Amino acid sequence: MWLVRSAVVAATCAALFAQSPKYGVGRTPTPEEIAATDISVLPDGTGLPEGHGTAADGREVYARRCARCHGPKGEGGDEPKQSPLVGGRGSLKTPKPLKTVGSYWPYAPTVWDYVNRAMPLDRPGTLTHNQVYSVVAFILSMNGIIEEHEVLDAKALARIKMPNRDGFVPDARPDVGKKR
Amino acid sequence: MAGRSSRRRFLEATAALTGALTSCKRAAAPEEEGPRRIGKPLRAYGERSEFEKSLRALPTTKILEVGQSYTPLAEIYGIITPSALHYERLHSGVPTIDPDAHRLLIHGMVERPLIFTMDDLRRLPSVSRICFIECAGNSHLGYGAKDAPTVQLSHGLVSCSEWTGVSLSLLLSEAGVDPGAKWILAEGADAAKMQRSIPLEKAMDDIIVAYGQNGEALRPEQGYPLRLVIPGWEGNANVKWLRRLKVVDQPYRTRDEASKYTDSMPDGTAREFTFVMEAKSVVTFPSGGQKLAAPGFYEISGLAWSGRGRIDRVEVSTDGGTTWQAAGLSEPRLPMALTRFLLPWRWDGREAIVQSRATDETGYVQPSHEALVAVRGANYEYHNNGIRPWKVRADGSVTDVAG
Ligand code: HEC
Repeated sequence: MWLVRSAVVAATCAALFAQSPKYGVGRTPTPEEIAATDISVLPDGTGLPEGHGTAADGREVYARRCARCHGPKGEGGDEPKQSPLVGGRGSLKTPKPLKTVGSYWPYAPTVWDYVNRAMPLDRPGTLTHNQVYSVVAFILSMNGIIEEHEVLDAKALARIKMPNRDGFVPDARPDVGKKR
Repeated sequence: MAGRSSRRRFLEATAALTGALTSCKRAAAPEEEGPRRIGKPLRAYGERSEFEKSLRALPTTKILEVGQSYTPLAEIYGIITPSALHYERLHSGVPTIDPDAHRLLIHGMVERPLIFTMDDLRRLPSVSRICFIECAGNSHLGYGAKDAPTVQLSHGLVSCSEWTGVSLSLLLSEAGVDPGAKWILAEGADAAKMQRSIPLEKAMDDIIVAYGQNGEALRPEQGYPLRLVIPGWEGNANVKWLRRLKVVDQPYRTRDEASKYTDSMPDGTAREFTFVMEAKSVVTFPSGGQKLAAPGFYEISGLAWSGRGRIDRVEVSTDGGTTWQAAGLSEPRLPMALTRFLLPWRWDGREAIVQSRATDETGYVQPSHEALVAVRGANYEYHNNGIRPWKVRADGSVTDVAG
């Protein structure tokens, strides 16, 4: 154990002096500095922190912190119009596709990541990890993707297969306006 | 001064009539006017003339921390957008960032993670480049039925600046990229901590980590103190208020590259990672909302640009697309920058449909709106580079073709 610790100490000392090799500018960040901002979550759930919640817990968080803008049932506020969170399954092929977490988002961990970093719009970053798990569970259950009492944690969230998981295709351009 | 002096004359007349206000007015008037009056003193930071009124157009939505403001393209000369009129796109407001406290972190799949202060970045070799930034959603109002009556609203989410900063490839080389790395994740320091995945190949090519815009520091709404500038690629990926670059082996499929900035196709699938902004042009004069005073000489003017390189050719039609003439292209004609085109025109006073069509150096030709809809359907929201016609009516007013 002390071996590991002294290796960390040595690394930290080196960090204080380290600079970029060619220009000698900048320094090595401390592990804390990296951890402070490295909050991004991969589609497979890598990066999700500890914590858990159910839709039943999330109902209250949603009512207090989200419903004002996204509507009591996630149907979207009057403005901005583009933020409904529920519905639209089966609409993507129709002339009026409704794109929501339920109908469009390919990965559930991305919903966690976005709510954690960006919502509620007026006070982003103020929900606890458990509150984020709960409110994401509530949105997913309103979309009929999970059950109301299912406990969501990092593993459970990563296991969810979103309805539109396979709905994305690569850029096929130039497809119109070809060379003459 | 015309407005002010006539108001003053009105005031004086009123004063004389009523007998009021005479003492203050009579003494001031003679010296305050006329060609001999000394002008304003030197000032440390300039402002435009009080007669110039060009403004960005704000949306009519209630929350102005989320949304976009549009550049008045018809009122801009040349190819550079004044920094104060560069379009804005916000997801969680404009943060106030102290440059002395700001840091850029590079980590992930690198030999040595590095953290830079703004002073560090400004010590490194710098690059400057004129290039456009266009929101992927530019002209999306023009797609389908909803329409935009002016070129400001239909095309005003493109702007062009000279950007100065450090090559991203230099910073990544200093950190030492692992062989297995394929993407970078870029993250902002705004309240929403906006993040986008960018292929490493582009990151090692021509991306700038910019701190300068048109000769001064970035404007706060353009990412002060630090942003990515990705020549030719959709605006959203040009992450503003840049605080972190993580080198990774796969894209994160973040909210702004999955839920947004993806394009719905008629079969229900959606295209993702559609980064390049394809060749596009628009006539800014004559354009919607303007009025031609009388038949006679005018110069048709507009802007063309391509995310794949230089604009090679712009053709203009004044007869609804039956015949096309090559427009003149102003220098400088830079790759991935706005290019100004001009064509002398004698308006005969009859209804005219005016439009432009750009070809870039790869030979790609800007398609018609109908050709795009035929392949991509009416719900293809972003990356709309279709031709935009304007109708000059017999009374000289200019409107949308449908209008
Ligand atoms: C003050 C209004 C407001 C509040 C409160 C709010 N949101 Fe939002 N939300 C928005 C807006 C506006 C957007 C679109 C933001 C953008 O496009 O950048 C959005 C977007 C979202 C999205 C992405 C939608 C999509 O399909 O891309 C999710 C998910 C979301 N909000 C969840 C929540 C949750 C969960 C809460 C409560 C914890 C919440 N929001 C609270 C206004 C709000």
